[in-house]
Parts: sequence; structure tokens; C-alpha cells
Amino acid sequence: MLIRVTPERLDPGAAIEAVRRDEAGAIDLFLGVVRNENKGRAVDHLVYDAYPSMAEKTMRALAEEAVGRFGLGDAAVLHRTGRLEIGETSLLVAVSAGHREATFEAGRWLVHEIKRRAPVWKKEVWADGEEWIEGPESLGMERAPAAMRGS
Amino acid sequence: MTVTVLLFASLADCVGARELALPYEPGDTVASVRDRLTADHPRVAEFAPTLLYAVDEEYAEEDAPVPAGATLALIPPVSGG
Repeated sequence: MLIRVTPERLDPGAAIEAVRRDEAGAIDLFLGVVRNENKGRAVDHLVYDAYPSMAEKTMRALAEEAVGRFGLGDAAVLHRTGRLEIGETSLLVAVSAGHREATFEAGRWLVHEIKRRAPVWKKEVWADGEEWIEGPESLGMERAPAAMRGS
Repeated sequence: MTVTVLLFASLADCVGARELALPYEPGDTVASVRDRLTADHPRVAEFAPTLLYAVDEEYAEEDAPVPAGATLALIPPVSGG
């Protein structure tokens, strides 16, 4: 199972080949990509911080759970750290299964759970400032008092 | 003996460190170590409502024990992806 948190550029081909199986008729590949705006504000670049050893442990546990839950052939998760420019890939998730529906469901579930639990953080850097983002899907925000979620 | 405390993202910026060694006290829990850190760095209290904790790379509740030599990570709301 390919699980990696790395400052190196992510290669979608490596993720695909890691999950390819003779018995798997479908592979779903998700790329998280750095967008040039957030909430109407122009983003110059992102900086990702991580707790790499725990992030890999968390991603592996989630990928193993996805294999069992959705009957996958295999799953691969790669997350990049450090400075990323607009258009670069921050997250790769690849899953394989006998048929496509399981891969679509597993891919969606796995990306959501990674955004919820994996200890990784992004900082948005604008022309005139920067801010660490608190993920709305994160377990921390889920547990926070409603007043702190701004909802 | 000590407890290693790891800080990330906004919390690391606030405290001005990514790793600290705090003296271990018998009976230490996630909450007791966090409170000793907060005594030295009062602004940590602002983060407490949304903080999660991990002891030796596993998410842990506030009443979980922190053994001597353990690593306690303070985890602000994550935003990977």
C-alpha cells in the first residue's frame, strides 16, 4: 500500500500503478490542486505543514479501512508538504476495485476522512498577508462549540 | 524525565516553537501537560476549544495518561487536501 507525506512533487502515474490489479476493472484517481482564489480572495501560493509520521499512520489506517469497507483491490494516498504554487498537486488518492461504483464511493469517502483526520495544515499566502486555514471538515471544528464554527 | 510537546501551524507560530521538552510529573495527562504549557504561553488557551491531542501518534482524549518520555502533539483543526 503506497502511503507517503513528502515535500517532493507528486506523480499521479505512481499512484495509479501502485493500485493496478489484474482483477480490478476500475481505478479512481483524485487530485487535490492548489486553486488561485479562496472565498473571493486571490491566493498567491500555499504552504503545507504536517506531522508526517502521524499523518502517514492516519492515512494508512484510513486506506486500510477503505479497502475493507468498499472491497477495494488497493488504495494509495500521497500528500505533499512545503510551498506549493497555483496548479500544483497537494493530494493524490487512487483506489482500485472490480467495478467503478466501489471506486467512486471509496475515493469520496477516503478524501473526506483524510481532510477530517490527517494532521496536515495549509497556510494561504496572499499579496498582502497570510493565514493558517482551519478545515471546516476537520474533527477539531466538528467538536468545537457551535459558536466557534461561525455557523 | 521529560514529555515532548509538538506544535504545528498556527499554534507553532503563536508559541514560536515546533517542539518543546517539559518536565514530566507523575500522573500526567493530556490536560495537565497542556495546562503547564499554557502557564508558560497563555495564548495557547485561545486554541483550546478546537484543539485535538495525540499521544505517541494516536488521537487521545484530555484525560488520557501521558507517560514519561511520551510525545504529546497539540493539533489545531486540520486543513489538508
